[in-house]
Amino acid sequence: MRTHRTILKSLGGLVLLVLAMALLAGLPLYASAYTVILITSILMYIILAMSWAMFSGPTGYISLAPAAFFGVGIYTAAVLGLELPLPLVILLAGVGSFCLALLVGGLTLRLKGIYFVIFTIGLVELIKNLVLWYEVTFTGTRGRFVVPVDNNTVYHVMLTILVLLLLTAYLIRRSRFGLALQSIGEDEQAAAHVGVNVNPLKMIVFAVSAVFMGAAGAIMATRWSYVDPYIAFNPLFSFMAVLMAIFGGLGKFYGPMLGAVIIAYLEETLITRFPYYYMLIFGLVLVATILFLPGGLVGLAPKLRSWTARRERAHPGG
Amino acid sequence: MRGCLFAEWLSPVEEISTPLDSLHCDCYGREGAIVIVTILDVVIAGLLLGGLYALIAMGLSLQYGVARVLNVSHGEFIMLGGLITWTLTTQFGLNPLAALAVCGPLTFLLGYILHRTIFRRLASTAESVGVFEGNSMLASFGLMFIIQNLALVIWGPEIRGYSYLARPVNIGGALFGANRLLTLGFALVIGLIFYLYLARTRMGKAIRAAAQDRDAAALMGININYVLAICFALGAAMAGIAGMLISMSYPVNAVMGFEYTTIAIIVVVLGGLGSIPGSFIGGFLLGLVGSVVTYFQPGLALAAYYAIFILLLLIRPTGIMGR
Repeated sequence: MRTHRTILKSLGGLVLLVLAMALLAGLPLYASAYTVILITSILMYIILAMSWAMFSGPTGYISLAPAAFFGVGIYTAAVLGLELPLPLVILLAGVGSFCLALLVGGLTLRLKGIYFVIFTIGLVELIKNLVLWYEVTFTGTRGRFVVPVDNNTVYHVMLTILVLLLLTAYLIRRSRFGLALQSIGEDEQAAAHVGVNVNPLKMIVFAVSAVFMGAAGAIMATRWSYVDPYIAFNPLFSFMAVLMAIFGGLGKFYGPMLGAVIIAYLEETLITRFPYYYMLIFGLVLVATILFLPGGLVGLAPKLRSWTARRERAHPGG
Repeated sequence: MRGCLFAEWLSPVEEISTPLDSLHCDCYGREGAIVIVTILDVVIAGLLLGGLYALIAMGLSLQYGVARVLNVSHGEFIMLGGLITWTLTTQFGLNPLAALAVCGPLTFLLGYILHRTIFRRLASTAESVGVFEGNSMLASFGLMFIIQNLALVIWGPEIRGYSYLARPVNIGGALFGANRLLTLGFALVIGLIFYLYLARTRMGKAIRAAAQDRDAAALMGININYVLAICFALGAAMAGIAGMLISMSYPVNAVMGFEYTTIAIIVVVLGGLGSIPGSFIGGFLLGLVGSVVTYFQPGLALAAYYAIFILLLLIRPTGIMGR
């Protein structure tokens, strides 16, 4: 009975998702150009937040490296965009981020807690400064121009990346790898003890999550048309991914997506009108979420439900 | 375009001259200098820079070592100190040193209030130290956004500077700004006072006890929340004073904080998280490295910092003085 219901529930979710994706895929046909651009940005943030949550959600390792993988994607597009066709560029961006993440993961995932976090902050800054130094010393210019791609193509590529990401994240979550990741987050030593191959597993999932960030960076670069190391390796991308995922809530699969949609939409509407206040608001949201909403938005629903249930029990009929 | 807006944020390196840039000016431009003088140049410049690094790292080290908060908004307190000093000096005609009487207490109070409200609550709800460290760091990211953008609202993004004690002082044939010597002097004096405070006073003993074992210290009758809040506030005040000193030698603006935060983190990891002597060793070491690398390849100094930092994390994450 119980399994029946969960199957029905997940089937319903799947149908809803397919419907939503179909609606989104046809968006350029019935929506304005502005809407397409807006939704592209939101999709980008969903990709960043969900791929961050794919690794950091279950394991509890707070990675501030998304900006590094995103930036690698951006620079892949900037360097190879002229010579290679777009799909190949995006694929290479994904592969590049994968390799970097594998290297970083292999070196650092044994670092515990706060050391891992500061390592990932340092990583973004190291790559930024190296690229900057290389550009200024050898190419003589700080920035690069990226071959532009029309907005509808950017949109569709972004949507495709998101669909692949959702599929991968869902499969990992439902497989025994997901369970193993969860056990690492709860108690790494115990997980190793019951036979989870801790380090390779962490590395692979970390690297897989980086693929999508790199691919998103490559396609986003074509929309920006000009990039330099400060744009590409901006730590803000890491912070936003973390903020969105935590605000939405890591407890549920769709939590980071929810957070990304709300915050990315707020950003789009606030950034032009109140450039300083909107970052101020995000800071307040982050602090308030950590203080009062440890489960994020999705953690709020069961709390509200139990609260109303308690009230009804206390005042029956009233 | 969004990309450009983002670029304005957190990219102070290119826009305002940083300690590294002016170091670059100190070492160059005198052709035919004798090798020994050049070496002396590089070493003294490194020490001057190192004193500043040590001072900004000491506060962070205290906050992490005792209160277990990796305060990513540390640089924002430096920025506040710098901009408040700038305001008092240029708008009210005060001596920059007199700003000490404002910056120190103000940042102290701010730090105290923040710990009493945010971090204490986080500590009481977290189930383990690891969870608290993660949460408090994320909360300090939020604080970074809040303080930085409040400062942008108040002061705007403009680069602010004034001239104070800018006359050159001759040390063994090398010329250095008097304001930078003053910074080094301040760093050493504050370090010494703080060391004596920790070693000789009752409160210092309580702080050391809390750093060693929080629960045991609480059982011995130490008011632990008070001690932790004082530590956090002292760290913030050190950042504020460092900001005041920085504004004497270098231009300041509202988005300068994060770069100083990352440098402070590097120094603290280099010296060992939570060790005050470690902060000094790490600060001077990093200052020397910066000075030497700048001499050979000016663009690579920051990259060298991060490379050292990452190597260190891989080989000896506990740092030089770490346990």
